[in-house]
Amino acid sequence: MHIIENGNVAAALGVRLCHVNVIAAYPITPQTPLTEKLSEYVEAGEMQAEYIPVESEHSALAVCIAASSAGARSFTATSSNGLLYMHEQVQWAAGARLSLVMCVVNRAVGAPWNVWNDQQDSISQRDTGWIQIYCCDHQQIIDSVIKAYWLAEKVSIPIMVCYDGYILSHTYMPFEVPEQEKVDKFLPPFRPDYALNPEEPANLNTVTLPDVRMDVRGELAHGYMEIRYLLHEEMRTSLTAAAEAEKRFADIFGRGGDPYVEPYLCDDAEYIAVGLGSLTYQLRVSVDTLRKEGIKVGVMGVRFYRPFPDEAVAKALKGKKGVIVYEKALSYGYEGALASDLKSALYEHLAGTGKLPFVQNFIAGIGGRDIKTDDLTQTLRAATKNRVSKEPVWIGLKL
Amino acid sequence: MGTRNYRRKTSHSEHGPGDGGRTGSWRVERPVLNKSLCIPCKRNTEACFICWLLCPDVVISRTIPPKIDLEYCKGCGICAEECPTKAITMVDEAQFSEEEKEKE
Amino acid sequence: MNKEFIEIRWHGRGGQGAITAAKIVAGAAFVSGYSGVVMAPSFGTERRGAPVMTSLKISKEKIYDLSPIETPDIIVVLDHLLLNEADVVCGLKPGGVIVLNTPKAFESYNFKGYRLATADITAISVEAGLPHGMVNTGIIGSLEKATNLLGMDILIKGIEEEFRTRRPEKNSLAAKIAFEKTVAGG
Repeated sequence: MHIIENGNVAAALGVRLCHVNVIAAYPITPQTPLTEKLSEYVEAGEMQAEYIPVESEHSALAVCIAASSAGARSFTATSSNGLLYMHEQVQWAAGARLSLVMCVVNRAVGAPWNVWNDQQDSISQRDTGWIQIYCCDHQQIIDSVIKAYWLAEKVSIPIMVCYDGYILSHTYMPFEVPEQEKVDKFLPPFRPDYALNPEEPANLNTVTLPDVRMDVRGELAHGYMEIRYLLHEEMRTSLTAAAEAEKRFADIFGRGGDPYVEPYLCDDAEYIAVGLGSLTYQLRVSVDTLRKEGIKVGVMGVRFYRPFPDEAVAKALKGKKGVIVYEKALSYGYEGALASDLKSALYEHLAGTGKLPFVQNFIAGIGGRDIKTDDLTQTLRAATKNRVSKEPVWIGLKL
Repeated sequence: MGTRNYRRKTSHSEHGPGDGGRTGSWRVERPVLNKSLCIPCKRNTEACFICWLLCPDVVISRTIPPKIDLEYCKGCGICAEECPTKAITMVDEAQFSEEEKEKE
Repeated sequence: MNKEFIEIRWHGRGGQGAITAAKIVAGAAFVSGYSGVVMAPSFGTERRGAPVMTSLKISKEKIYDLSPIETPDIIVVLDHLLLNEADVVCGLKPGGVIVLNTPKAFESYNFKGYRLATADITAISVEAGLPHGMVNTGIIGSLEKATNLLGMDILIKGIEEEFRTRRPEKNSLAAKIAFEKTVAGG
């Protein structure tokens, strides 16, 4: 059944379909309507869930950590400074190997204060050990929430489902609401290896020594380093589970594709634009325009940003003349985060093969500055003539 | 001509008229002062001035009579609410003719 | 007007229901075969009474470009006083349509190069039994009269569905009366 609703409602419907049991969230523009919609569902009895209004985002995630540790499927959502406020807990949830799903409605970070869209909030959390998925439209939002719970519970790693604030969260478009029976078929109930319980009391994530130790059963327990290594290793292998999620979803719902990247006209392209989220869909219009001019260009959206699907990305970009990366975030003092990751993957897989494309980095839309399709087309066209600059180029600056 | 040479590196707002735009256009009702009820006007002395004190946008002057800057008055009605003699009443903007508005 | 891809910009005031009006038209367009429909309100801090803009794009294909409308085909103005406060016709394509809720006569406007449609939706809504100021359903009737885009039947259905718990017949009546009384030309 198709409905026309906004991205926040798409996310809320995804959470409802997944029979989430605990929701703890603090409102922040542009996430607020998502949390409000969930509170309406709980109030109306459409969700069998505890909705816990907390006094801050730090507490929101703390509550979810506790609830998930006790075996409840839990959810929170935030943006921008809210995500930054809970950062300590973000690190905690990953280290604690909890199967949480959190929607990050992408918004610029302060200072200065700004409520509009860019991706600095979630990008700034890329090293935490959370899986990050970026959505391009509402169908992807609702589908990704559902896939995320399956994946998070399969690999015990928390997942951020990210979508552009305002551009997706507050914009209305049609999407199909998956049927409950099919979701139930796709997503079994949450059964963690261990859930806090008085019959089997335990102290979770207490002081853990640098070295390994003998536990009360006479078995050799991990040191901190092993625990952290396993988070990393299992994040890497979760790429396989992500492909499995995609296939299972496609089998049941009839839609899905490549779990890692979403290419458009890339096969015969000589130049490929790359980005995260709705921007990559907007780039399709530029690609169409340039194709009419005879320029062989395509665009590829990266869906899984963490773990970074380096192999899939390098394979897609192998032999291309140039890669043009458009980003709404950066690692200050250096360059766009995605550009760095792409360069690293390309170097790793293609150095010395003679098939290494140049990478041109553009920064756009910071603080919600409108990204004109015309500017995308012009910059993309220029970059196909020659690499514009080694430094990232900021589009639309008014200095 | 861009913002490259702006004197500050950060977002630095100072107080002064107009930083938030012409907020007078937000008004749906405007405050109207009846001088015959206004304490400083009647006594011709500096007294009361509660309207000046409480206006959140500092658009009422501490003068005899108090003057309201309609360029920025948002019509919140706090002055009318707080005036001890009810000298200020809130009147629908639509009542003021378009010519009057143009004169402002 | 290219009937494959149409961009409509709505100008209203915060709280006036421009988003709801656009949503109804979006829904009607979708069931009429416009599989691509995107509707976006003004992004940012909100205040009742502030001038707001809603953009609605409808297309026979899925819409990938969510950026703001630069050259609308149609402008809908829910309150004629907005003509003084915002450049509502900015970017309107030559020959584009302006739908305007105004108590003034059609003849008192001079929008050279554009088609104009006017109606006193404020009065029409009261005539239909709605509270003063609820113009967002009446304006849909004017839009249809000016553009003949989707058909009144489907729009009436959309209005009554959206307002099913809030005076559905009065809202659709406002649209019907507006359709009859709208003067279009230019």
